[in-house]
Amino acid sequence: MCTQISMRTAVTGSGKGTSGWFPISQANVGYDHATHSQLEHALLLDFVNPGLGASARVAVEMDIASGRALIAQLQAAIDEAERNGFTE
Amino acid sequence: MWNSFSTDAPPAISAGGTTYAGANGDQIHAYVARPEGEGPFPGIVVMMHMPGWDEFYQEFTRRLANHGYIAISPDLYCRAGHGSPDDIAAKVRADGGVPDDQVVGDTAAAMQWLRSQPNSNGKVGIIGTCSGGRHAVLAASRAPGFDAVVDLWGGGVVAPKEQLTPKQPVAPVEYTKDLQAPLLGLFGNEDQRPSPTDVDKHEEELKKHGKAYEFHRYDGAGHGFFYYDRPAYRQQQAMDGWGKVFSFFEKYLKR
Repeated sequence: MCTQISMRTAVTGSGKGTSGWFPISQANVGYDHATHSQLEHALLLDFVNPGLGASARVAVEMDIASGRALIAQLQAAIDEAERNGFTE
Repeated sequence: MWNSFSTDAPPAISAGGTTYAGANGDQIHAYVARPEGEGPFPGIVVMMHMPGWDEFYQEFTRRLANHGYIAISPDLYCRAGHGSPDDIAAKVRADGGVPDDQVVGDTAAAMQWLRSQPNSNGKVGIIGTCSGGRHAVLAASRAPGFDAVVDLWGGGVVAPKEQLTPKQPVAPVEYTKDLQAPLLGLFGNEDQRPSPTDVDKHEEELKKHGKAYEFHRYDGAGHGFFYYDRPAYRQQQAMDGWGKVFSFFEKYLKR
């Protein structure tokens, strides 16, 4: 089904797409039909820069378990960086 | 029907891109496939799906032309720009989809484009899968003039208030009283949007308003069971479904 689950947040950083590195300004997160993976539905994670056009996109699809694991590892990396005083 | 040609007369078609004036007079890109010959031929508007204006839809459009229809598939996402189908679809998805009013305008204009073709027989159908099924029902209900409608597992034809958005403010089922064309619906019983309960509600509304329709629901199939490029493909159900699509269009568009 088309779930219509789609949300976004502003981000600051860089992503490497098909034409090399570019500044990313937005992360789009959804759960809907997958394009490439063999899942019928997947977590859809797009790092984009709308100002550079639709092809400025780093796209990732993953299953729910992977999404949960990613959230945990992101949080763990942030916690350790903050604990050690490395964050800017 | 599948394989219904004689080997000494295989179908001949031409296909390619075009543009036409859609909603608000915007130039809309479209893929057109047409049978060669004088005709006259009926037309079909082919409504793309949420994953994009993609290769499946080009093949779908050519398949209809192979079976004797002038088929036009508007790129409903073309105002978002051009690029790979999935990049454009991702952009439109992140922006909350395309507005229903705009889709109705683009589709009504495509119907008029088909009728204006010199070898048109005057009849026009509409078909779509996924969000395209929803759009087919929506456009046919709001833009009079279609002669047949095919809804392949359109999610959101029946939708609760909390799923409505500013771009999609009304569930298409609310327009059922205005539908003037017969409707064919094909659904997988394992689908969740539309769920079997959603399809029941759609059917109740069609009966309530005395509309001509036929629904077929397939066991062992979920959303997207025609998609031979996806794990959702179900060969037996898809071949049966294609047969029903061709029979339906033959009855309402060719006779």
